[in-house]
Order: sequence, then C-alpha cells, then structure tokens
Amino acid sequence: MLVEQYGPLKDKMLQIMDQDGIILRPELVPDLEDDTWLELYKVMVKTRCSDEQALLLQRQGRMLTYAPNTGQEAAQVGSAAAMAKTDWLVPAFRELGAWLYRGVDLEKVYLYWYGNERGSQFPEDVRVLPIAVPIASQLQHAVGIAMASSIKGEDDVTVAYVGDGGTSTGDFNEALNFAGVFNAPVVFLIQNNQYAISVPRQRQTKAETLVQKAVAAGIPGVLVDGNDLFAMYAATKEALNRARWGGGPTLIEAYTYRLGAHTTSDDPTKYRQDSEVLQWQEKDPLKRMKAYLIDKGLWSGEQDDSLSERFRQEALEVFRRVEATGETQLEDIFKYHFSEMPAHLREQLEQYKQYLEEVR
Amino acid sequence: MALMNLISTINHTLDLEMARDSNVVVFGEDVGVEGGVFRATVGLQQKYGDKRCFDTPLAESAIVGAAVGMAINGLRPVAEIQFSGFVYPAYNQIISHVARMRNRTRGRRNLPLVIRMPHGGGIKALEHHSESLDTLLGHIPGLKVVTPSTPYDAKGLLLSAIRDDDPVIFLEPSKIYRAFRQEVPEEEYTIPIGKAKVLKVGTDITVVTWGAYVHEALKADKILQEEGINAEIIDLRTISPLDRDTIIDSVQKTGRFVVIHEAAKSFGPGAELMAIVNEGAFLYLEAPPTRIAGFDVTIPIPRGEHHYFMDAQRMAAGIRNVVRY
Repeated sequence: MLVEQYGPLKDKMLQIMDQDGIILRPELVPDLEDDTWLELYKVMVKTRCSDEQALLLQRQGRMLTYAPNTGQEAAQVGSAAAMAKTDWLVPAFRELGAWLYRGVDLEKVYLYWYGNERGSQFPEDVRVLPIAVPIASQLQHAVGIAMASSIKGEDDVTVAYVGDGGTSTGDFNEALNFAGVFNAPVVFLIQNNQYAISVPRQRQTKAETLVQKAVAAGIPGVLVDGNDLFAMYAATKEALNRARWGGGPTLIEAYTYRLGAHTTSDDPTKYRQDSEVLQWQEKDPLKRMKAYLIDKGLWSGEQDDSLSERFRQEALEVFRRVEATGETQLEDIFKYHFSEMPAHLREQLEQYKQYLEEVR
Repeated sequence: MALMNLISTINHTLDLEMARDSNVVVFGEDVGVEGGVFRATVGLQQKYGDKRCFDTPLAESAIVGAAVGMAINGLRPVAEIQFSGFVYPAYNQIISHVARMRNRTRGRRNLPLVIRMPHGGGIKALEHHSESLDTLLGHIPGLKVVTPSTPYDAKGLLLSAIRDDDPVIFLEPSKIYRAFRQEVPEEEYTIPIGKAKVLKVGTDITVVTWGAYVHEALKADKILQEEGINAEIIDLRTISPLDRDTIIDSVQKTGRFVVIHEAAKSFGPGAELMAIVNEGAFLYLEAPPTRIAGFDVTIPIPRGEHHYFMDAQRMAAGIRNVVRY
C-alpha cells in the first residue's frame, strides 16, 4: 500500500520515474499497455499545446484571462486516467489535462475562458463539474456527490482538485472532516504548484507538507511527485480503489510546479527567481515522459514535433470557431436561473428587448 | 385531518415526502438522534435509517455545500440550518453555488434542494437566534425564498419546495412553531411558491406582512375594525419571487399600502415592496406607501427585544397613521 510507505508523516514522496524518464521503481509501474501510456502522453501534449495556444491568443487580445496548466499535466492526466468513466470529477480551475482526458471538449474550455457560460455546459454523460472560482468551495460539492453515491448504493468515486492555497481555507478543512466522518468515497487531490498567485507555499501553512492535513481528519494521505505520470496514476488508482470498496476518502498531495503565471494577469518574475523556474523546467513532466517513450522505442522526436504542431493547429481552429460563435445569446442570460422563468425575469427581458428594438 | 402546530406539521410533511420519494434525505446538526433542536425531524432517523436522516459535523458551509453535491448526484436533500443566524458561514455556498449552478452550467446541473431554518425573533433567545434574512436571501438571483405563517401553508409550501427542481430556502418562523394548532389534512397537497394570500379582504388599506407578524397584523386589524378602518391583510408567503400582481391589485383597490416586517428598515424587503407599489399603483395612491419595520439596529437580546419586535397595538398605530394621512 502506497499510503503506508508514503503517508503524511513518512517524509517520503512517491516517485516511480525520475526527472530524466528513468524508471526507479519498476515494481510500482502500473500495469497498463505501452499504447495506453502513449495515449496519456498525447493528452499531456494536447494540454500543453492548447495552453500555449491560449496564451498566444490572449497576448493577441483575442482570448480573455486564462489560467495556464503548463508543468502540471502529469498531475492532471495521471489522476484523471485512473478514474472510471462513471466517477465524478470536481475541478478547481486549473485541470485542463484532466478535463480533456475525461471528455470535455477543448471548444467548451476555450468558450469558458472566452467568457461564455455555455463553456460550462458539458454533455449529460460527462460527469465533470464546471470550474469553481471561489477557492476550495468545490470540495464540499465533491463530498456531497460522494455521500450521494454511497447513500444510493452506487460505487462511483468522486475526485476533487484544489490548489496549495486552497488548503488554508475553512472549506478545505470542513470537506476533509465531513468526508472522514461519513467515510465518503472521495479523493482529494491537492495540486501543490508552490504558489497561490504570488504567495509561496510556506505562507499558507507552517505544516511541513500539505498532506499532513489528512492526519487531523483521520484519513489516509500520500505525497506524490506530481510531475511523474506513473506515480500520479498509481497513487490515484489506489485511492480510488480504497474509496470504491468502502475504505473512505484519501488526500493526495501532488508536488508539482506551475511553470507559467497564475493567470494571464500576473507576472511571475515579480515573486520568484528564474533559477527556481529553471530547476523545475528540468523536472518537466512532458520532458521525462517523452524520454521514457523514446527510450522504449514507442515514440520519436519527429513524431513528437509533428504531434505538437497538429495539436497547436487544431487548437487554433477550435478557437476560431469559438471566436465566430462565442457571443452570449441574450436569452441565455435570463433563462437558466430557474427551471421556469419567473414573471419578473420575463418582464425584465422583454423590456430590454423592447429597448433594443427601439434603438436599433 | 389532524390538529397540528407548525413544528409538528414540518415533521409530518418531511415524513410524508421521505416515504414517497426515497431520494429525499434530511440532515444537519442534531437532526438525527435528537430530532432537531426544535424537534422538526423527530422520529425520522428511526423510521428511515441514518442514511436518509443524519447528524452532520458542526459546519454550515459543508452542510449546504454537501447538499449541492447531493442534488447534483440525484438526491433531493433537505438540509437544516439550526438557526438563521448560523447560516452566515454558508453564504459563500448559497450565493456562489446554490443560486448559480443552474445558470453557470446553462441548465445542465439543476439543484433540487431545500435549506430549512428557524427564522425571525421574539423567542427570547441568545444573540444570532432572531435574525431576519428576507433581504439577505431575497436579493440573490437564482433563489426561491419561502416563509409560511400557518401549519396548513407550511405543509403545502414545503411539499412544493422539496418537489421543486430549483433550490428553495424555507424560512420557518420559530416564534409560532408551537403558538397554535390548526386542522391539517393528512394527505398530500401543494401550495404554489410565489403566490401571496389575501387573508382578509378590506377596502381602506393594503397591509402586507409574512411569518410570525401575520398573526399580530390580524390582531391589529381587529383593533382597527373597531375604529371603522377596514384593512386588507395579505400574507406574502414567498419572499422571492414576489407575487406582484396580488399586491398591486390590492393597492389599486385600497389606495394605501403598508408593509410590516421584522428585518431592519433600511434596504429591507419593505423597500422592494414599496417600489413595486410605486411602479404598479402610483396613480391609485392616496397616501405614501409606508414601512413599519425593524429599527436599523442589531436585534436586541431578550431584555430588549420587546422594543424591537412589534405587537398588534404598535402595528395598528402605524397603519392608522397611513389611513389618516
């Protein structure tokens, strides 16, 4: 059991592959086909390329605020890939890799960041919640979803994401505590990317690790190299299995790094050293996975280049569609607050439409 | 038919709906073993088990937030907040998610949930136990806010609230939990949310109130009748969405309007109601629409609360002034 070896107070971090793509713990490599790992890697590349394209578009003034994921792709894709199709995914707001893996269209994601709520309307069978902006508030929803699964006698598990800053909130503590008391089938995944906008992890807590917060809630926890796809998959899978078979919640701390800005509206050079960023670039989750796949003869540099090129091109095409169709329809603003539009909203909409007619 | 008070009606109604719909779950602080500090949920855990009626840790934000998750995953949660003044830690969940999830997801994730809480004052309680949240909830787009004043209405409105596909905040006037009993049919019936009720037809002035104040207003009406003033008394029943038509129709007939509420006067629910009257009945008015409302002060604890909360006599004085304007 990984939680026993890498638990909250063990001062050890689960790592299966090192930063150069060398397998350190062959016995812990999850039992998946080579092709599957390649597929997961491709989702990571798609995430990176979609990110880069969004940033580019934002700089051109075509995309609004955007929260980049670069550097955190393994934490996102590794955890999402361990989930079953009927498991619930409850994101914070920086989980693009997990979303893409779970079947959220890039078009929806871009539409959201383009500023249209339809970007949060996912297909019926995609059990993914929309972005939750108020930090850590989404964890309560994850607990409720998980409690509902056990009340209904269903074996779905819920995976909820939060950042390092989110662990300082009351909601984080309430959620872990609730989940523990009700033995809820939920996995809390902290993407510890070391910064909450500009505030470093050390300003969030005096605790040595974030995963230690599992101890007070009486639930298992595990500290994982968040840039190691194998380790993220393995740790999440174990936590999911435990939850699915009645073992209750787990807290996972994915130790990672946000290589880019918090969002397009901040400048990370103001709050961190270039040397630190360079050090983490060496630990890039894509770099090591690519080295691993090439070393195994499953992939090549040329294939990698052309795949990236293709994803970037696709992302641009997706964005062009969003740009062409992404304006919010007036009625949309009114008609979704309630199952049936109340009289006062109908009246406000009609009056505004009448005004628009008059000034046209 | 059975004679029931408000609290036993709430209990009876939850029981009825839990029996009918296995997706209804009831939870909160002390609701399980204890059956609620006011006994609204007494016996439900014994009858339906601790998966459907249970105690939670003391964490209002998590109670409401978990209700959001349960509603997303197919249940119809009925969460209890122990006192209205304890709901503030859950406001982030209520404002940021309960009220918005449906709109945010463009209809994909609707939230069929109910948040019940004792509401209002006049029960000689500690600080934070007598709050009036009419405005603090009614102002939030995306919420329905309901408050019954009788056992009969409580049953019909609570059944509507639980069956509603959208979130409903259900405010129970704690002062009248055990104040009187009324014949309540055993079988199920619903009362539509968003409909006020004319309790007494009158010709001289429209009096709108809700919750525990309804009963004081009816007493005030008796006082005024002896003086020859014939008021029309309306129980609002739903704070949001407001039943504008019933109010406007009445004021067009009577030409005068007062709203009586417990909440503080400034920016209170009365301001909204007066605006509606101005918009819909301005040319019919014979006197300025008037608020008879709580002072703009923190609600005093027991030894001072009689200055804050109004009795029938004070209401009658306020109504009289408007009629004699």
